[in-house]
Amino acid sequence: MAKSKSAYSLPTKKEKTDTHIIVVWVDNEAGVLARVVGLFSGRGYNIESLAVAEVDLKKNISRITIVTTGTPQVIDQIKLQLRKLVPVHNVADFKRDDKNVIFREMALFKIVTKKKQIKKCLNVCENFNPVILDKTKKSVVIQITALRREIDLMSIKLKPLGLVSTSRTGAVAMTRGAEFFK
Amino acid sequence: MSKLYTGAEIVFKCFEDQGVEFIFGYPGGAVLPIYDELKNHTSIKHILVRHEQGAGHAAEGYARSSGKPGIILVTSGPGVTNVVTALTDAYMDSVPLVCISGQVPTHLIGTDAFQECDTTGITRPCTKHNWLVKNIEDLPRILHEAFHIATTGRPGPVLVDIPKDIQFAKTIYFKPKKEKKLNGKSHNNFNQKQIDQFIDLIVKSKKPIFYTGGGVINSGPKASESLRELVRLTGFPITSTLQGLGAFPGEDNQFLGMLGMHGTYEANNAMHDCDLLINIGARFDDRITGKIDEFSPNSKKIHIDIDPSSINKIIKVDLAIVGDVNEVIKKIIKTINKKKLNLQKSNKPQTSNWWEQIQKWRSKDSLGFVNSDKTIKPQYAVQRLYQLTKNQDTFITTEVGQHQMWAAQHYKFNKPNRWMTSGGLGTMGYGLPAAVGVQIAHPKKLVIDIAGEASVLMTMQEMSTAVQYHLPIKIFILNNQYMGMVRQWQELLHEKNYSESYSEALPDFVKMAEAFGCKGIRVKDPKHLDESINEMIKFDGPVIFDCLVDPNENCFPMIPSGKPHNQMILGPLDKKKNKITGRGKSLV
Repeated sequence: MAKSKSAYSLPTKKEKTDTHIIVVWVDNEAGVLARVVGLFSGRGYNIESLAVAEVDLKKNISRITIVTTGTPQVIDQIKLQLRKLVPVHNVADFKRDDKNVIFREMALFKIVTKKKQIKKCLNVCENFNPVILDKTKKSVVIQITALRREIDLMSIKLKPLGLVSTSRTGAVAMTRGAEFFK
Repeated sequence: MSKLYTGAEIVFKCFEDQGVEFIFGYPGGAVLPIYDELKNHTSIKHILVRHEQGAGHAAEGYARSSGKPGIILVTSGPGVTNVVTALTDAYMDSVPLVCISGQVPTHLIGTDAFQECDTTGITRPCTKHNWLVKNIEDLPRILHEAFHIATTGRPGPVLVDIPKDIQFAKTIYFKPKKEKKLNGKSHNNFNQKQIDQFIDLIVKSKKPIFYTGGGVINSGPKASESLRELVRLTGFPITSTLQGLGAFPGEDNQFLGMLGMHGTYEANNAMHDCDLLINIGARFDDRITGKIDEFSPNSKKIHIDIDPSSINKIIKVDLAIVGDVNEVIKKIIKTINKKKLNLQKSNKPQTSNWWEQIQKWRSKDSLGFVNSDKTIKPQYAVQRLYQLTKNQDTFITTEVGQHQMWAAQHYKFNKPNRWMTSGGLGTMGYGLPAAVGVQIAHPKKLVIDIAGEASVLMTMQEMSTAVQYHLPIKIFILNNQYMGMVRQWQELLHEKNYSESYSEALPDFVKMAEAFGCKGIRVKDPKHLDESINEMIKFDGPVIFDCLVDPNENCFPMIPSGKPHNQMILGPLDKKKNKITGRGKSLV
């Protein structure tokens, strides 16, 4: 065995990582997002995407949706550490392949092209509720809502059709059926 | 209409309602209104330190020896950045601190004003929670919340940043409300079923061990009493982490000594070979576990902790009980008595082989060292210090390094809250200011900082504080002219390349003591050690004791990096006795 040169132990066997969606309900106060994000960066957890907005205006509660990857142990730690933060009310966690949960991301595509091509663009997007938000003689802005990989695919398909700019949100999530949190 | 108070007055009204007696602090531009108010509150005494880090560690020493939160008052900018080390230290070791910092007036925040810094941004990762008070109406609520958060659950530091205009602004004050639950964060989350499972596991176990930590100390002196009762009731062996020393009497036969990197041979081997590991208020720190994959491979593991995030963080356990240590142990004892299990009797034959094995490990005498009549061995110095001070209620603080480990190994503690050391963060320079805080909390008691010459120089200025307030702290320096632990690792792991670990120039500590206005004692002959220690104890005032020790001594036993508990390096005494197996050879 190689002689260790460190006073710390070596990293040990690696477990499989999974993608999870963590939903956090927080008091909407100054610095709360920094606390949540700082916890992730400070402890070396990964953030794939993040979506946050106030959802209860009366109680001042925001809902943060974070897509992250980690071993089961890390995902457990993320939840437990988040629950320790003072402004955090509740934490929920879903696996990305959970059939009981709906995930959605939204994307805005700006395409600069000839008028004839625009129809083609809409056809490409047709499965993802395309909405035309703006249209000129040379350009169009299309909104779609879909899953992450679907939006990735759309970007690739639209590229040759004149896609010049993409803006997209992080994932938001909701459980199916009548059940809900809190 | 209710009376209106200024922000500065509200700070003190809150302190009074929270029973604060001492503040450790340093004034500056952005906290002057609060300092101005100090004169109107005679029940609160301010201790003026010489550096804000000193205020932080003194507040830690105060908190850890008294069980009450330590209070820090500092100014904006450099005042608060200087206290960051102490806040981080307190966060790692779960010490309740409330730090009040001044801030530039609200209209100047974000303009890079004089002595402005992003205080809440800087201290966010090193506090349990922090606040920037932007509206005076929020101040009373925030201050009460600050005390509540610092002292409940797993304790820790909090910080309240108060802009100067808020200190002048006026509002109504209200007293703290009792039992306010913050976002439903409750701390006792266990049930009878878990307690029954616990008892089931201890009844079945043949090779059990208690592994206890700072959580027992933090749970209060009653928790130590409960722990002693439980350990005696079961007749099981017990080992403790660095922070847990004193929860169980150090000279008791059931106590195996400290475990971990510099723990005893018997404690570490028992941890490795046990079939039931009962963790009470400890957190499987990497200095304890060594190699994770081979950590206590054949045991069922129980973990009692108030912090749910400590459970399964590093070591997966079979039974987790989330709750206050004292509450959980009391419930366990109650259930054992109710079930009329005569554990001591019924367990004895079951664990007798285990105890025999432990005695075999014990006979190695892993803390043994080769003494000398020419130079003072540091271990010998600590042993003598213990023998000459054990007849009185002594409080020990330490710096960080070899001397800290020798103190932990050779000084035996019989009561909780008598041992203050920086474990998690490992802050050199912790011990001297911590001793100041301990002495403030216990003015009549003997307070000794077992120090190294390198560490103590980091916060030496606080001797001036000790002199100002007539605090008779004793700074017992084991002076080997090296950063000893660095030198030891360089010797064992870096082919004796002693890169920058030797201090070529050191001050004359005796003259330094005199310059500060206290007493200096130097000793270098082992024959004069006892009389010098007695002279130090008898002197009514602060003392710097310069004990010149063997510069080449290493701290053994030791678990080398990446090794499990049963592969320890033992000291030279063992090599002498047992040349063939000399495990140390592979590494030295």
